Amino acid sequence: MRLHQLKTAEPSWVREYEGMLEALKQAGGDPSAITSGKFATLVVSANKVLAKSELPGIHFEAEELPTGIHARIFVEPGTKITKPVHLCFGMLAEEGVQEIIACYEIGDDAQVAFFAHCTFPNAQELKHLMEATIRVGKNAKMSYTESHYHGPYGGIEVRPHAKVFVGEGGKFMNNFNLIHGRVGSLEIDYEVDVGKEGVAELVARVYGTGTDRISVKEFIRLNGERAKGLTKTRVAVREQAMSEVFTTIEGNAPYARGHMDCTEIVRDRAIAKNMPLVIVRDDRAQVTHEAAIGTVNRKELETLMARGLGEDEAVDIIIRGMLQWV
Amino acid sequence: MKVSNLFVWQGRRNAMDDILLKVEDISLKRNGRYILRQVNLSVRRGEIHGILGLNGAGKSSLAYTIMGCADYVPDEGRILFEGNDITHLSITERARLGITLAWQEPARFEGLRVSTYLSLGMKEPDRTRIMEALEAVALPPSAYMHRFVDNTLSGGERKRIELAAVYAMRPKLAILDEPDSGVDILSLDDVLKLIKGMASNGTTVLLITHRDEALEIADSASLMCQGTILYRGNVEQVRQYYAQRCKLHPEMLKSPG
Repeated sequence: MRLHQLKTAEPSWVREYEGMLEALKQAGGDPSAITSGKFATLVVSANKVLAKSELPGIHFEAEELPTGIHARIFVEPGTKITKPVHLCFGMLAEEGVQEIIACYEIGDDAQVAFFAHCTFPNAQELKHLMEATIRVGKNAKMSYTESHYHGPYGGIEVRPHAKVFVGEGGKFMNNFNLIHGRVGSLEIDYEVDVGKEGVAELVARVYGTGTDRISVKEFIRLNGERAKGLTKTRVAVREQAMSEVFTTIEGNAPYARGHMDCTEIVRDRAIAKNMPLVIVRDDRAQVTHEAAIGTVNRKELETLMARGLGEDEAVDIIIRGMLQWV
Repeated sequence: MKVSNLFVWQGRRNAMDDILLKVEDISLKRNGRYILRQVNLSVRRGEIHGILGLNGAGKSSLAYTIMGCADYVPDEGRILFEGNDITHLSITERARLGITLAWQEPARFEGLRVSTYLSLGMKEPDRTRIMEALEAVALPPSAYMHRFVDNTLSGGERKRIELAAVYAMRPKLAILDEPDSGVDILSLDDVLKLIKGMASNGTTVLLITHRDEALEIADSASLMCQGTILYRGNVEQVRQYYAQRCKLHPEMLKSPG
């Protein structure tokens, strides 16, 4: 195992680092992506930067705060980072706060794909807060895949908030997954401004059980000519979980195109809401939406039961499929 | 006849005399109207039994009733499988006894891979058998194993995968609801070959169809009309009856009222 720029040699932090990698493995991730040294990585537990590895063209600056870190991640213009960049945020503790204030700057014509692994396997009374500002330069491309693992207790609040600016011809793709372990309380809040011929895609997949509370707020402003935006939300709620999905796309420029696609599955006493809002300010723009909320499709259920699966097993397969988790 | 052949013949004959499925006086009403009316049907173990009838004759309703689908609980009668009354068993319980159904218009599943879908009916996932099942429906495993059973498949591909899932499951009784619809004439031969393959693997087949040419592989057949079994006999008799009385007078065979 290689620890790049370990901030402290205290054995407790080494154990924390190893524990986070183990939690990542338990959640289905691949710790070797963090430890191999072949990828750019940043590992943060609570307010400690445990490991950092850079590659040419990508730089991390991280400052420790009392309850988190202030990070700046910068990709130089024209740099194509061909291997995924792995970010690992989390805490092994049962209680506490982790606040990530992050600033991502993707230079013009650069390309980068981030994989953020957020592991809180023992969370019982814990907050994970992210306030991010993301700037995707002209003709730059950034994807950000964020996968969470929260353990079985549900005692966690997660607040990923971001303001994103996509420059002319730029592309931003966000892929948020919270389908392992309990959700706890989740509030996604993304606002994206898209410039001329830019593209923004926001995908969220969440599986809530118990008393989980899910709120997804996504707002895309298509400000530039021929800008495109898509929100795709897949949520399943069971038992007494509740979800609310608020998506808004504004078509503010000629030939802007937007679409919102939301599917929510509801079982037991769970409740799901979806409120898509379409605002069009240019008569050449077009924004559409589709939503389907309800229980599991009866025919799908009976098809799987006719193969010998019990009803609960069949529902689980259908939900995991919808969340593209099978 | 050689002694060994005699044993095979005798064994098959014994199997054919053994009633696997017996439907007794099943009636099903919907909004006060009969969907199925006093249906009686016996299917012997090991045979391919065809059920022929025009659209709206009640064939699919009978299939769903035998499978135990939620909205198809009979008002009267009973269903026996291997001599046991299964009328009040759930779909899952019937499937675990060895009954399954291939839907006429199969459901699609977002995010579920073909290989996973085919393995669901197996006691233990068996990659070799999954590949064999795909080959049996003329779909190259390398091209289909990792695809999703969603709306990226054409109607014909989806039907073949449904049949492959039943083939891979190797049930005691496969109810195939119009397996020949939505596939082209060229692939009808593939479908019939597959059904014969199922039977040779020991699966009894209830083959539901409105195309009398599909019955050429059946051992026996029944003609269904207005929610009941109108006629039962050997395949040729049923085809003739259908050609003379049903195809010529479809106006007589509207949905049961």
